[in-house]
Formats: sequence, structure tokens, C-alpha cells
Amino acid sequence: MNNTKMMTRIKRAKRVDHVMTGVFFAIGGFFLCLIIVLAAYIIIKGILSYYPGVFAFNAQGIGNQLFNTIYLVFLSLVISVPIGVMAGIYMAEYAKPGRVTKFIRISIESLSSLPSIVVGLFGYLVFILMTGARWNLMAGALAVSILSLPSITTTTEDAMRSLPKSYKAGSMALGATHWVTIVRVLLPACLPRIITGVILAAGRGFGEAAALLYTAGQSTRINWANWNLTSPTCPLNPFRPGETLALHIWVMRTEGSLNPNSEKIANFSAAVLVILVLAFSLTARIMTKRINQKQVGSKA
Amino acid sequence: MSNMAADGGTVQGKTGTAKDREKALRMYKFRKEYLGRGVVTACGLFIIILTVAIGVFLIIRGTGTFTKFHHSVAEFLFSSNWSPVDSATGSGGGVGAAVYIVGSLLTCGLALLFAAPCAIGAAVFMTEIAPKWGEKLFQPAIEIFVGIPSVVYGWIGLTVLVPSIRDVFHARMGGYSVLAAGIVLAVMIFPTITTVAADAIRSVPDYYRKGAYGLGSTRWQVIYRIVLPASKTGILTGVILGLARAFGEALAVAMVIGKTRAFPTSILSPTNNLTAAIAADMGNSANGGEANMALWSMALLLFLISMFFIALIHFIENRSAAALKA
Repeated sequence: MNNTKMMTRIKRAKRVDHVMTGVFFAIGGFFLCLIIVLAAYIIIKGILSYYPGVFAFNAQGIGNQLFNTIYLVFLSLVISVPIGVMAGIYMAEYAKPGRVTKFIRISIESLSSLPSIVVGLFGYLVFILMTGARWNLMAGALAVSILSLPSITTTTEDAMRSLPKSYKAGSMALGATHWVTIVRVLLPACLPRIITGVILAAGRGFGEAAALLYTAGQSTRINWANWNLTSPTCPLNPFRPGETLALHIWVMRTEGSLNPNSEKIANFSAAVLVILVLAFSLTARIMTKRINQKQVGSKA
Repeated sequence: MSNMAADGGTVQGKTGTAKDREKALRMYKFRKEYLGRGVVTACGLFIIILTVAIGVFLIIRGTGTFTKFHHSVAEFLFSSNWSPVDSATGSGGGVGAAVYIVGSLLTCGLALLFAAPCAIGAAVFMTEIAPKWGEKLFQPAIEIFVGIPSVVYGWIGLTVLVPSIRDVFHARMGGYSVLAAGIVLAVMIFPTITTVAADAIRSVPDYYRKGAYGLGSTRWQVIYRIVLPASKTGILTGVILGLARAFGEALAVAMVIGKTRAFPTSILSPTNNLTAAIAADMGNSANGGEANMALWSMALLLFLISMFFIALIHFIENRSAAALKA
């Protein structure tokens, strides 16, 4: 009697196990299908919306916005990479466990979880309202660099901490100071990992829009024949309004009715943006793989 | 120390008086150590300054509603009378942001309801059920999910989700709804929760599982009774991080929520939320006026919510660490 009861219990447990395995497979499959469908939808819809002149550098094309996007991300990296890498070095090598270090960690964590629109408003307040400037690329770049600062700092710190202790010991034993050890030995050794982190941060910067709404501005006017850096229509002037690709989608889909091609432009911009971001994350992924292989190789 | 002195002497070449030597050594140490250390320390401290500056500026600007225009905090949080005067000096309107706050809470709650079970299921699938090929397939998939910019999610919501909600449910307002915002947010926070939950599950020691299997458990019993309870803290952290992301998302929600200033009557009716209102109106309101200040108060509220989530995560982690010690 007892034995049959036991058997039914075991049978039931096995049946539940089979059902739950099925459920998990369904969730996993749904997840993979969803991402494939999403990515395919964006890219195919973008390609179908192609029309001659979509890349043109005028109001009918997205050339100017694409240039602004790349220029803005470049400017933001020029600001955030040195500060982020050096702060990461401090956290990995010099920071002593204590109140200040703990406070820096809390700050990094808070910065990385701040909503991007809040960072954008801070940028609007400090770089636009307080300086009395118009919308400009530099303000946008500063806002984006605030967003990418925590991830660059954390990547650098992790990269430095993951180096073998013998690197540092060997260099110090030869009489180098701590700082010289960092610059000549530790930093070159973890450079690939830092670059990977920077590439990922750049990819995220391309898609940023909420932080740029009130910093970089929602319009752009570039005169490609004008190379006077102080002129507001010069392409390389960082103090001119510079709408990016991500913002362009927002503008085209919310108030872009003036442009007859607005829907097509939005579709195509979305595809270009996603391809750009994916290309960057793919590069970072390949680099990470290379680094791991190299490390495994050197151990063997 | 004597080692360094000798080094400093040779580097400087000339060995003069003791005073000269000491000076040369100081210069050497400054160039080779203290300068670099000073700069990186400054960068570390800069992060604190930046964070504090963001907080302070938002607090100064965001409390204007209460100090300059003398509205009560209770009115801001609980009243639904939103009629601030939009001029540089005028005042006397209402600044009740309850509609926006409820809109944010509803959309995020709905997103969590959709995303959390699926995300935890996906995390279990990629770590426990198919750890070999699951991981290889899922890691890039998650990266693509994270990589798609939020504006593009909003754009998909606008071109796919909104029309289909209109057609399937015959919703008024053409499909702009709490439901659409909830689904868009769910897709956006899905990868965050999955990544953190999968890390937590992976860090459960293997002998837990082996012990349970040894006692004759099925795989589901191991997952449900051993692995999930053991990784509870990490999974909760993931859920909170996802919630924080949902609260802060602006443009994707703004594109599908409909932006009507009224409490939603069902999940198919449109409403508005904090981020969408800020994104839409901040640039159009007179700087320093009542409407403008009320929007800054909403930004301050977003900042405080984000800080609250961070504190919550620390509280949960500390409590579980204390429980482990006891």
C-alpha cells in the first residue's frame, strides 16, 4: 500500500518535471524568436524604406544626423575616457578601503542607474541655462559622457584587478615606482579590455536620445562648404545645435509631419542605428573572445 | 629609502651637497609617483563631486515648487489638479502630479508583471536546462536586446504595437494605451533581469544541486526547492534594477502612452507618466515659471526614486549577508 503511494508520488514528480522542462523550453524559444523577429523587422523595414538620397546631407536625408551622432559620441569619449580610465586606476590601485572609497562606489552605482532623462535635465540646467548658450553638441557630449563614465570606470578597475599579481611585483622589484608600474606595465597589459569597454560605451552612446533632447537640440543646419570653426553652420563646430540619429527618429515620429518622407526616414534611421550599435557590440565581443583565448594560451 | 636616494642621485647625474641630493630626490619622486597619483585621485574624487552636484542641482531646482510657489508636497504627490501657470512670474495654479505618478506606477507595474516571470524563466533555462548551447545562443541575443536603442523600441511600439492593440481590442484613442507602454517597457527590462538573475543562479554552488539530485530530486524540484531559493537575493536585485530602468525610460513610453492628462480607466486607455511629461513640456515652458518648476520637481522625484531603488538593493543584500553570517 505504502509502496504504491510512493510510486504515484514519484510518477507525479516526474510528470511535473517534464511539464516544467517544456515550459522552460517554451520561454527560451519565445525569447530567441522575439529577438530574431525584432531585429529582422527593424532591418527589413529599414531596407524597404530606402529611397535615393536617403543618405543626403540635407533635410531630405539623414547624412547630417549620422555625422552629428558620430561626432557627438567621439566628443563624449574624448571627455569620459581619460576621466573614467584614471578614476578606474585610482579605484584599482590607490584607493584604500575606507569611507571615501565606499562613497565613490556608491556614486558610481548611483550614476549608472540614473535615468538618462535626469542626466539630460542636469545637462540642460548646467550647460545650457547656466551658460546662456543655445542647444549645442558639446552640451550633449557632456551629458552622454556622464552616462558612460561609470561603465568605463568599472571596466578599467575590473581589468586592472584581473591582472596577475606577478606583473606588479616584478616591476616594483626592478625599482619602478607604483605609478611607473601602472603606466608602463599594468595599463598596457589591460589595454585591450579597456578598449572593449570603451567600444561598448560608444555603442550605447549612439542610441542615446533622452539625454540629448534638451542639450544637443532637435534641429541641425550644416553648411558643408563652411569650414570656419566659429560659424554656427560649420560641421566641426562643437557649439552648434546637432540633432542625432536617435533624436531624429523621435522628431520624425512625433512632430515630423512637415516632411513627406518622415515615416520612411524614421524607418531607415532605425535600421542604420541598430546596425551601427550591433556592429560595435560585435566588435567588442570578438575582442573579448581574442583576449580570453590569448590568456588561456599563455597559461598553457 | 636609501635605495631610492641612490636611484635619485644617479638619475640626476650630479651628486652635489646633501641638500641638492634631497631636492633632486623629491623632484624624482614627484615626477614618477605623486603627480600621477594626484591626478588619478582627483579623477576618483571627481565622480563623487559629479554625483553630489547632480543631486544638489536637482534638489535646488526641484524644490522651487514648494519654496518659491508655496505648494505643499502632499498636493504635488496626491492631487490630480495639474494647472500650473506657464509664465515667468505668475502663480496660483495647481501642481498635482498624481496622474503622472499613477501613470508611471501602472506602466512599470504592468511591465514587471509581464517581464519578471519570463525573464527568470529564461535565466533558469540558460543556466540550468541548456547551459551549453543555451548560453552560446542567449548571450548574443541578450546583447542585441540591450543594444537596440530605446527610441527604436518606441518606434516599433508605434508602428506595430499601437495599431494592433487598436485592431484587436478596438481600443479608443487608436491603441495608445497603458498596455502598449507596459509591453514596450517589459521588452526593455527583460534583458536586465535575465542577466542579473542568470549570474545569481550561476553562483549557487554546484554541491547544492548534487546533494539534491543525490536524494532523488527531479530537475524541477532542484530548481524550485534549491536553486531559486538560494539565488533569491540576486534575482530580487535584478528585478529591482529592471524596475529602476522602467521608471527612468522616457522616449519609448512617450511614443505609445498617448499623453492624455487623465487617470486611465482600463489598461486600454491612454494616460501620461512622469518622464513623458518632462520630455514633452520642459522645452516649451517659461524658464523659472510655475509650470517649469513643477516639471523640475517631477525630475527630482525621478532622481529620488532611482536613489531609493539603489538603497533598497543595498538593504536586501546586507540583510541576506547578515542572514548568512547568523
